[in-house]
Amino acid sequence: MRKISLLKTLATAAVAIGASFSALAADPIKIGSVLSVTGPAAFLGDPELKTLQLYVENINKAGGVLGRQLQLVHYDDGSDAAKANAFGKRLIEDDKVDIIVGGTTTGSTMSMVPLVEKAEMPFISLAGAVVIVEPVKKWVFKTPHTDRMAAEKVFEDMKKRGLTKIALLSDTSGFGASGKKETEALAPKAGMTLLASETYGPKDTDITPQLTKIKNTAGVQAVFVFGFGQGGAVVNKNYKQLGITLPLYHAHGVASEEFIKLSGPAAEGLRLPAAALLVAEKLAANDPQKPVVTGYRKAYNDRYKEDVSTFGGHAYDGLMLAVEAMKRAGTTDKAKVRDAIEATKGYIGTGGKVNMSPTDHMGLDLSAFRMLEVKNGDWALIN
Amino acid sequence: MNMLRRHKPLLILAAVLLCLPLVLPNNFYYDIAIRMAINAIIVLGLNLLIGFAGQISLGHAGFIGIGAYASAILPTHFNWHPLLAMVAGAVGASVVAAIVARPIFRLKGHYLAMATLGLGIIIAIVIKNEATYTGGPDGMPVPALGIGSFSINGEKQWYWVLAALLLFSFWASRNLIDSPFGRALRALHGSEVASQVMGVDVVRYKVAIFILSAFFASLMGSVTAHYIGFVTPNIADFFHSIELVTMVVVGGMASIYGSLIGAVLLTALPQALSTFEGWETVVFGSILIFCMIFMPRGLVPTLAERFGGRGEDA
Repeated sequence: MRKISLLKTLATAAVAIGASFSALAADPIKIGSVLSVTGPAAFLGDPELKTLQLYVENINKAGGVLGRQLQLVHYDDGSDAAKANAFGKRLIEDDKVDIIVGGTTTGSTMSMVPLVEKAEMPFISLAGAVVIVEPVKKWVFKTPHTDRMAAEKVFEDMKKRGLTKIALLSDTSGFGASGKKETEALAPKAGMTLLASETYGPKDTDITPQLTKIKNTAGVQAVFVFGFGQGGAVVNKNYKQLGITLPLYHAHGVASEEFIKLSGPAAEGLRLPAAALLVAEKLAANDPQKPVVTGYRKAYNDRYKEDVSTFGGHAYDGLMLAVEAMKRAGTTDKAKVRDAIEATKGYIGTGGKVNMSPTDHMGLDLSAFRMLEVKNGDWALIN
Repeated sequence: MNMLRRHKPLLILAAVLLCLPLVLPNNFYYDIAIRMAINAIIVLGLNLLIGFAGQISLGHAGFIGIGAYASAILPTHFNWHPLLAMVAGAVGASVVAAIVARPIFRLKGHYLAMATLGLGIIIAIVIKNEATYTGGPDGMPVPALGIGSFSINGEKQWYWVLAALLLFSFWASRNLIDSPFGRALRALHGSEVASQVMGVDVVRYKVAIFILSAFFASLMGSVTAHYIGFVTPNIADFFHSIELVTMVVVGGMASIYGSLIGAVLLTALPQALSTFEGWETVVFGSILIFCMIFMPRGLVPTLAERFGGRGEDA
């Protein structure tokens, strides 16, 4: 009897020691990230980093992934693509991360693409342009909607209202330039006619010359503005000042509460495509995205006491796609995780429903965008 | 023996470059070394202009941009050979420098700084807005650099290419400073009137050194573009110009070694500070302020004076 209990003690001790060893042996899963936390793209990178930090913490509190903790290794590229390239190399070669979630701007992302392709490292980008996933690159995925989708969504809505002859006004930032290219390429296929195409600087304080030209172009039925940040608000004000009454559309780059505040009454009646996150509270109760977006919104609000932006949402989606893929693959083996990301089906994120495939490394369709109209100084969903 | 002594600094640099791969643990450190070498070569050229000839340029990144985009655009859109594109870029940058140099160098001090700053910004704006060729603000990929079927590939090969280029520029800069041309430059830095009286064609020398440093900047722009494989308008950015001038000033004006040290330090610092979690910019700024207050002449000249006594003769 004594013997048995001694054996039992020994066995328990052995198990305990073994367990503590295996706990030690379970190194954290390293999530690498290069974000533009400072510099001109900081308004994108800052919420992205905060989101990643918040959710890595939350996931760890809930026990981690595959029984291992997550470790976030992040660098700030200062909105400089050359630095993003250097930090990308550091993540791959020195930190030996398991996956990279990041690349705030299209430039930063594209400068890291050759690295991850060579190192065979799964990479989920948070940048917008179509070039990231077209042509499809084996190791590269992205979470945000593309500029082309925004144009498609806007054209769809315009056609419903019988508007086919339009003027395009785009800013000269990366976002606007890429949007202009995609819109011009898409218009003839969608049966739209571009009668005028003007550009403005994202920091311009007066855009009346371009708008006057558009106003004086005969036959224009609607105006589509493809730009970023405060420039869009200036367009709205000038638009009203010139007394233009044509329907006004914006792209998703201006979609924020701030945009309505800056524009004041001049924003009334304009329409734009945006992610569900912006209208989280107004979504129908049975909307599959509702729990995700309200949950994220609350978590972010509680922690940082500031409004969520769709950009932080992209980082949330990127991290969750990575974690889901690792869980499904049951390992952090890079090739298997990559395959698992590519096999993502029906993931509901802040950006929409994601269905990846070998030919589509973004996995969003037009339903990911909601058409919004500004009514009484607030967003209203339109169908 | 005499030969050996004369070329001692060159031999030391060669030895350092040869031994460095023994202690570099992985490709990331190779990458840093390569970026240091690229910056060092640009700063050597810029120091000839700023430190030795005493003329400021706040638009040098513009020339780097011309080189980088020549290497990106000409092979991609016009099927030029990358080497030819690189030379074309450097010649192009020199021509731009030559055209603007004459009017610009009639200016002095703040006005010269303003004019060169304007030049750099104009180049950056052109690159950003000619999106059909340059890809706009999102940048464009750059084809690999090579001859025939061989192309430079991977950090280790690039390291040796850059090591050779750095040795050559170091040797060339030292020779240039000790030539009549170099002495004329230093004379006009000291006093333009005096050197004019002594028969130095002040304008010609200023223009010549401006073109030379633009040429080198453009070449290194091409090398950077090929090495990274992707180029964005950031490379021609005003901030990039400032970064380079900072390297010159922190390392030491009119000091060849200072150029090397400045480039090495300021390339390594952001990487070293990246663990400071959002405070890196603050720490970086404090280090620069500290340097400027306590070592206004730059690291190398100040330290050489304190410890060497002899000062620096290179």
